[in-house]
Amino acid sequence: MNVEQVFREERGRLLATLVKRFGDLDLAEEVTSDAVEAALRHWPVDGVPDRPGAWLLTTARRKAVDRLRRDRVHAARLAILQVEVDRADPPVGDALPDERLELFFTCAHPALAEEDRGALVLRCLAGFTTPEVARAYLVPVTTMQQRIVRAKKKISQARIPFRVPDPHELPERLPGVLQAVYSIFTEGYAARRDDLADEAIRLARILHGLLPEREVAGLLALMLLLHARRDARGELLEDQDRELWDRDMIAEGTALAERALTGGYGPYGVQAAINALHDEAPDFDSTDWTQIVALYDVLAKLAPSPVVALNRAAAIAMRDGAAAGLALLDALSGEPRLRDYHPYRAARADLLHRLGRDAEAAQAYRDAIALAGTDSEQDFLRRRLAAVEGQS
Amino acid sequence: MKYMLLIYAASDQQATCTVEDWIAYEKEMKDAGVLVSGHSLADLVTATTVQVGPDGRRSVTDGPFAETREVLGGYDVIDVPDLDAALEWAAKCPGSRDGGAVVVRPIAEFDF
Repeated sequence: MNVEQVFREERGRLLATLVKRFGDLDLAEEVTSDAVEAALRHWPVDGVPDRPGAWLLTTARRKAVDRLRRDRVHAARLAILQVEVDRADPPVGDALPDERLELFFTCAHPALAEEDRGALVLRCLAGFTTPEVARAYLVPVTTMQQRIVRAKKKISQARIPFRVPDPHELPERLPGVLQAVYSIFTEGYAARRDDLADEAIRLARILHGLLPEREVAGLLALMLLLHARRDARGELLEDQDRELWDRDMIAEGTALAERALTGGYGPYGVQAAINALHDEAPDFDSTDWTQIVALYDVLAKLAPSPVVALNRAAAIAMRDGAAAGLALLDALSGEPRLRDYHPYRAARADLLHRLGRDAEAAQAYRDAIALAGTDSEQDFLRRRLAAVEGQS
Repeated sequence: MKYMLLIYAASDQQATCTVEDWIAYEKEMKDAGVLVSGHSLADLVTATTVQVGPDGRRSVTDGPFAETREVLGGYDVIDVPDLDAALEWAAKCPGSRDGGAVVVRPIAEFDF
């Protein structure tokens, strides 16, 4: 293992252990960085120790004593810590105790702004620096710095606890954690940043290992099943080269999706199942639209939203024909959330084109282009528009 | 850790909770040993505002009156281990229902 891999694996775990011990995220972050710096100085010379996690923990605790010694306010805490450092090394084992689940729930606490939760997860559990987190969420570094400082201040001053919620609290608390991880994936997806999508999947794997709940499996499955198509994206599903899809990832995602839907279901599991059906179809025409529409019906009840209604309409267009889908889309025209949502216009354009109403389709594509946010989305829509105009 | 629960009632909505609900809530907090202090406030029309200017002159005015939909109707100060516990008590408060809201504010601690 090289030094960088060790840090990726150990940093979040070390931070979690130290937060648990000190009850102070700032102090824990500072000494985690100190320990990593020390490792960067020593390991290339002395080699990576047999138990890197234990080495880092011991170093971090010594650094904490140094820091607290300089800070009289924390004198009382110092006495406790000194005893701990003087005690024998951490227990022998493959790694530190894993307290990352607590850290997930702290970072994604409902008392924190939703937009800050994913940022904190990236910072604390993925070991991203603040500039890296800023780049992930496409905001200036100073803005991200202020958001992270504000969120950490709230954690410490409002005393947001470092604990795993009781089982009866999970239905209320788990969705926030899942949303934070999924937000990292969707940011990566929109910006074509495979490293971010990979990181979100890695975080979901850690989470699933610590908390094998149905919806955690569902989220991991969903991301795997979407990410499996990364090399073919930028085209409609019907035009994608399915040879480019990642079969191993699809197999893993499908198995997880099945587990997520055994004996119950949640919104992530249902979305995973929909994508499993897409991924498993050998070609677009043999996609099981009946099943997909049935799953969208379930999703529309579990997590109703205009976007789900839009996707359901598109699936119905495949099962029952373009006219049926278009009628449903037109019924959604009053939805404020869809008015400026370019996939809505593009979906309408596709169905109008399939019905031979190319003049209307062209106008709908032009509307979609005006609303599309990224260059690649606009390019894609322009190609669709050109195809329609070429035929009319 | 002490938190103040600021209990805001929706002025335009008829509360469905009863006096008994409030008594039961207060008893539960007392039995759990978390209640430091708490009061409900008299009707907003009885409020008076005092300000002292730079010249030391005192200004006393009637009001304020409700400009927003929600009116501070009372408060509780509780002493609990962490924010999760405080949020739990806020959710049990009858004032958090019927369009009302409970705002949870940590009491500042100073290291002197």
